[in-house]
Amino acid sequence: MELTGAEIIVRFLQDEGVEYVFGYPGGAVLHIYDAIYQQEGVKHVLVRHEQAATHAADGYARSTGKPGVVLVTSGPGATNAVTGIATAYMDSIPMVVLTGQVNSSLIGNDAFQEVDSVGITRPCVKHNFLVKDVAELATTLKKAFFIATTGRPGPVVVDIPKDVTAHRCHYSHPKRVSIRSYNPVVKGHPVQIKKALGLILAAKRPVLYTGGGVVLNDSAKQLTEFAKLLRLPVTNTSMGLGGYPATDDQFLGMLGMHGTYEANMAVSHCDLLIAIGARFDDRVTGNIAKFAPRAKIIHVDIDPASISKNVKVDVPIVGSVDHVLKEMINAIQATEERADAAALGHWWDQISEWRAKQCLKYDRSSPLIKPQFVIEKLYEVTQGDAFVTSDVGQHQMWAAQFYKFDKPRRWVNSGGLGTMGFGLPAAMGVQLAHPKAAVACVTGEGSIQMNIQELSTCMQYQLPIKVICLNNGYLGMVRQWQEFFYESRYSHSYMESLPDFVKLAEAYGHIGMHINQPGDVEAALQEAFKQKKRFVFLNFVTDKSENVYPMVPAGAGLDEMILV
Amino acid sequence: MRHIISILIENEAGALSRVAGLFSARGYNIESLTVAPTEDASLSRMTLVTRGSDDIIEQINKQLNKLIDVVKVMDLTEGLHIEREMMLIKVRAEGGEAREEVKRLSDIFGGRILDVSEKTYIVELTGNARKLDSFIEALGPVPILETVRSGVSGIARGEKSLQA
Ligand SMILES: Cc1ncc(C[n+]2csc(CCOP(=O)(O)OP(=O)(O)O)c2C)c(N)n1
Repeated sequence: MELTGAEIIVRFLQDEGVEYVFGYPGGAVLHIYDAIYQQEGVKHVLVRHEQAATHAADGYARSTGKPGVVLVTSGPGATNAVTGIATAYMDSIPMVVLTGQVNSSLIGNDAFQEVDSVGITRPCVKHNFLVKDVAELATTLKKAFFIATTGRPGPVVVDIPKDVTAHRCHYSHPKRVSIRSYNPVVKGHPVQIKKALGLILAAKRPVLYTGGGVVLNDSAKQLTEFAKLLRLPVTNTSMGLGGYPATDDQFLGMLGMHGTYEANMAVSHCDLLIAIGARFDDRVTGNIAKFAPRAKIIHVDIDPASISKNVKVDVPIVGSVDHVLKEMINAIQATEERADAAALGHWWDQISEWRAKQCLKYDRSSPLIKPQFVIEKLYEVTQGDAFVTSDVGQHQMWAAQFYKFDKPRRWVNSGGLGTMGFGLPAAMGVQLAHPKAAVACVTGEGSIQMNIQELSTCMQYQLPIKVICLNNGYLGMVRQWQEFFYESRYSHSYMESLPDFVKLAEAYGHIGMHINQPGDVEAALQEAFKQKKRFVFLNFVTDKSENVYPMVPAGAGLDEMILV
Repeated sequence: MRHIISILIENEAGALSRVAGLFSARGYNIESLTVAPTEDASLSRMTLVTRGSDDIIEQINKQLNKLIDVVKVMDLTEGLHIEREMMLIKVRAEGGEAREEVKRLSDIFGGRILDVSEKTYIVELTGNARKLDSFIEALGPVPILETVRSGVSGIARGEKSLQA
């Protein structure tokens, strides 16, 4: 069948089972938009800024496990998308971004709306392509999807010159591709798994530290089974939340800079740290020299380059989390041997003592709305079953600490890049993927303004998202650092001239609510979530001076937390 | 320590910048880098000379392997290998004595004089990097007008070979 390049792209996306493309048109992609117009298989979602297209595709991907797909024009379309591409790259999110490019004959001539998209995105993609010939288009697209979704996932950019979308070529859907230089390892090495098992059965104070890899690899079930078999304490990174049920009593909470006292103390005192699908990020480890100083370390990861990058490990296992966990479970079930029960009992006693500190306590009798209280109520009202996206700042940490995620793919946040402006567009992708689900975007008055224009997209597609804006009138996280480390010199962390968010929401056709009494929080949330078909913006006026605790100051070890 | 890393990479536009970009983004150093197609036109072979602690070299190897276009990576310094670099050097050689001296040195180092003018010589010399350095040192007071070095190429000795 002879098709134009533009038709090939659209047909390919249909054949690949792509449901949504998030995009924004422009000169270089007009042929593609014309092909989209003439079909119904792939639904296009028109955002209001290309950054939002990438975050929406990202939210779609995080909440479903399927790759997110983006279509933007050349030049400014591509550069606007870069923040979202980098966000997805840092968190290993499968995404395919199609960027229009000027005509092949003009490339390199500083043509109108020309940028070197392949060059600009190179450091923040898993891979990228420039398609020079329509005959290569279908296989290149197939390679892009293959690379984005396998091994350690990540974003792939395909840059397509306009003339390539006009040229004609025979099309058939490539069922498979193989790339000789790309063969991700899946199975963990049996010898390494055996070594790990030896350490696990000999440990007296073990801790499981798991990250986004468990969520991305859909291994939450296996992780739970494994932890239960050996009664291991579990802590998650921010990216790993939901990978282990937060309401389970083996769960210690999140670790790291704003992790719980018990999680950070357990990691600091354990004799064996079992890291699974986590990458020893500096926000997790604190001062690396003081990290898990008494522990032998096992590290399971699909990416060999993640292993021994920041922390030297004793038993590296390269492989998919899901496969390695299954092998470990089988091996444990096949042996009678168990770790020293008395020692494990002591260890749990010690952990209970740390827990008794109640590091997340806050003033419940305050006449002001405490942000933590809002998240607790959000958890109750949504029965712990909402998809929660967040922006970046204090509100993000409170959401991570106080919303108890029992299921994976429910917590959607920019962990690695820390991108303000992520929350609302990500929620759009989540809501489109799960039209009936409760979707909340926890944000601050600073972050929400970074992609506020998407209120319009939410109206167009009737997305019943609930924005939970914890409005403290400050760039709170910045203010907190200034209070602690710059003697309260609040340089440019105050948000002046805030809009009236209720009126703003209404101007876009949504419902806006203003809440400034603690007693009104629950009722407001109830009312908002009853609105199954409407987008509701809840503006909670919260205590301006509240800080996120515990906090490990930069340069300190995990056991040197500032507590409330 | 100094390491010589051989890389087999898809012969595609941008492949070189992926490697160079990786090194600059992660702050690894590149002492020299050579690249040219192999007997299989779809593949290029690079030889990269770098310095770093064992941890850094391990990361370099892993990060190179992670690049989608990279087919194979081998650290030649882990085994017996041959290292060669070619240098073209233009020196001022005026007067009988100076001209004789350059010619003699070139002979001792196994070089060839490729170009002769009234006042200059161009010497071609091949060897490992240390030999080329020694030649420059041995020239002593002879004024050097230009040097061009190819960068190191390397290959493992014996049966071991880098293949797709
Ligand atoms: C795009 C971007 N710019 C700057 C920052 C640095 N930053 C981190 S948190 C923060 C403050 C966020 O304020 P707000 O959204 O109001 O949330 P709060 O901390 O008050 O909950 C800033 C500016 C960032 N993470 N992302």
